[in-house]
Parts: sequence; C-alpha cells; structure tokens
Amino acid sequence: MRLIADRLGVDRGGRPILRDVSFAVAGGEALKVVGPNGAGKSTLLRALAGLIAPVAGDVRLDGGDPEAPPREAMHLLGHLDAVKAGLSVRRNIVFARDVLGGEGDVDASLDRVGLGALADLPGSVLSAGQKRRLALARLLAAPRPVWLLDEPTAALDASGQALLAELVAEHRAKGGLVVAATHLDMGFEAARLELGAVAAVS
Amino acid sequence: MSSPLAAVLRRDLALARGGGGGLGLVFFLLVVTLTPFAVGPDLALLGRIGSAILWLGALLATLLGLDRLLQADHEDGGLDLMHLAPASLELMIAAKILAHWLTTGLPLVIAAPLFGVMLGVGPEATLKVAAALAVGTPALACLGAVGAALTVGLRRGGLLAPVLILPLAIPVLIFGVAASDPAAETVGPLGVLAGLALGYAVLGPFASAAALRLLRD
Repeated sequence: MRLIADRLGVDRGGRPILRDVSFAVAGGEALKVVGPNGAGKSTLLRALAGLIAPVAGDVRLDGGDPEAPPREAMHLLGHLDAVKAGLSVRRNIVFARDVLGGEGDVDASLDRVGLGALADLPGSVLSAGQKRRLALARLLAAPRPVWLLDEPTAALDASGQALLAELVAEHRAKGGLVVAATHLDMGFEAARLELGAVAAVS
Repeated sequence: MSSPLAAVLRRDLALARGGGGGLGLVFFLLVVTLTPFAVGPDLALLGRIGSAILWLGALLATLLGLDRLLQADHEDGGLDLMHLAPASLELMIAAKILAHWLTTGLPLVIAAPLFGVMLGVGPEATLKVAAALAVGTPALACLGAVGAALTVGLRRGGLLAPVLILPLAIPVLIFGVAASDPAAETVGPLGVLAGLALGYAVLGPFASAAALRLLRD
C-alpha cells in the first residue's frame, strides 16, 4: 500500500496554503510533517483525508480497495477528539468503531490506552489527555491502514507518548503507514516533510 | 456490529434522551396554552382557528431544536469522524435527520390531539391535524437540516437558520392547515403535503451534505 500526494495545492478562504506538495509513503513507513504554526500541517492532513478538496494535484492510495474511496482506509486524529460528554466512554468508542465500520474489541482497546477502569464514566469527566487517549483507542477498535495524526502527542503525558510510539511501531510492523504533523519528537523514526515556504512568502 | 447509519441513529437517540429532547414539546404546549389568553375564551372562535394554532406551534417548536442538529458534531469533530465512514455523507445526514425527527417531530404529532382538546378542536379535526403533522413534520425536519448545515460555522447560527428556512416552510404550512380543515375534503391537500415531504426528503440530505462540504474546510 502506498499513499501518494502529487503536486497538491490547497486553498483556504481564498488564500493559498499549500502549493506543489508531493510525497509518497509506502506501507510500513512513516512521514513526519514539520513546519512553523500556520504552515498548513493540519490543512495537509485534512486534504489527505478528503475533508478539503484540493485546488490542484491529487491524493491517491495505491494498493487499496479500488472500489472504495481512499478516505475509507484512513484514520484522522485531529485537534478535536469527537468525545460526546453525554455518553459513557464505552459508548463513545463503540460509536466511533461502528461509524468507521471496524470490528475491533472495544474493551481491549480501552485497556490498551489505559481507560479500561473509566469505561462506564461519562465522557464529560475525561481530561484533555484522557480524551486524546480515547481517540487513540479508535485507532485500535477500527483498524485501518492509513493513520493521519495531527499533533498526536498534544496533552499526552510521558507514558501516553510512549504508548503512542508503541502503537505506531506495531502499526508499521503490520504494514500500515503513518503521516504525523508535529513540532515535537514523537519517539519513532520517520521521513521528514518540511512545510512553510508558502506561509513565509505571504 | 452494526452499520455506520444505525450507529449514528442510535447515538443521536441516546444523546437526545440524555438531555433537552423534550424542550420542543414544552414550547409547543406553551404556544397552545398562551393563545387562548390572547384570543379570549371564545370556544367557537378557538375551535375554528385551533388547527392553525396547532400547526403554527408545531412549526415553531420544530425550529427550536435545529441548532442541536449539526452544531455539536461540527464543534467536537464528530462530523470529521462521519466523513471517514464507509457510507456517504448524504446518508449519514439522513440518519441524523431521522433521529432528529423521532426525538422532536414525533412527540409533537403524538401530543397534537391532546393539545387540540385544550383549544376546543373537535375530535375529527384533531385527528386530521395529527395526520397532517405526521406527514408535514418530516418535511420541516429535512428543511431544517439544510438551514442547520448552512449556518453550521456561524456563532449565531441558531437564530439565522429559522430565518433562512421559514420562507421555504410556507408551502408546508399552507397545505398542512388545508389538510387539517374538518369541514372540507382533505385528501387533495394531504397528497400535496406528502409530495412536498417526499421532495424535501430528497432535497434535505443532499443539500445539507453539499453545504457541509463547502462550508467546513
């Protein structure tokens, strides 16, 4: 499996954010997207997931199901964790799994991210870091080959960051691929993609 | 295991049970209660305008919950999650509209005959109102979804959405009230109302999904 961005150009609100971004990530590889604030890291990930239509170039996923659109092979962990305050932690993850069409074991994935003991509590009691862990549990409950991670270490403590590095390593060992936008070291080796040329000009 | 659509439907029903689902019904009750105070205790007059009041109350009550339809999922990233689902966004929106109607529209339909008694509307007329509401409120919910999608990123969207969709709801109101008239033949207006509902049922999910794709970037 291979995720390819070909001369990708993305505008937001009429302003050019990304121009001529090209890269390819193969299965088992990881790509780290770096750049200053406002360089378009989140925009790139959202464009890869198909949430923003690019104005130029395209995104392809070689080796996936040719019938299904690429987004159905992707996980996007954005700044928003999509945790409903009114539902229990378990209901939250069951919903995410069912919406994404996964068949993973919900309790096992909650245990893995350290939320097993909180499964019956409402989402409203979770801290920012715990919500992030719940979002990580989505990656396990609904296995998909492409992970798009936007600042995945935000709000995570040291053990959470170690957990993330572990999950990414396991995912890559199984042939999955990861594109992560970050400022920090995330504890795994990855190719680098520097953004920011356009932002610097304008 | 269940399909993405069933998951959305079940979750929205659970969230509505969790809080605020009955507010529209209370609002409907208040409109019906306040009208006799404004019009005066003239039972004959109330009976004549009762079905129109029921329709107006139901229409306004439908507008009340619109801001909840898409705004929360827009703000917490739930819509991003649904976008990645192995089902089209149009069907996801349709599932959300159905859940919205089941929790806000259906209670109005069930309560209408009860509230009709308070206005002195005859039994035959109240049943006609309930039947017309059962056909008309899904149309209003679909229209409301378009308004909710168009205002999804706006801070005061909760006020703007009703202003946007009320003009489009006029045909539903006209034929709904016509189909509730106890003295007249109502099969014709009810048929037109059903036609409108089917049309809006197609338009609603597609227009909402298109608006969401354009506005959320």
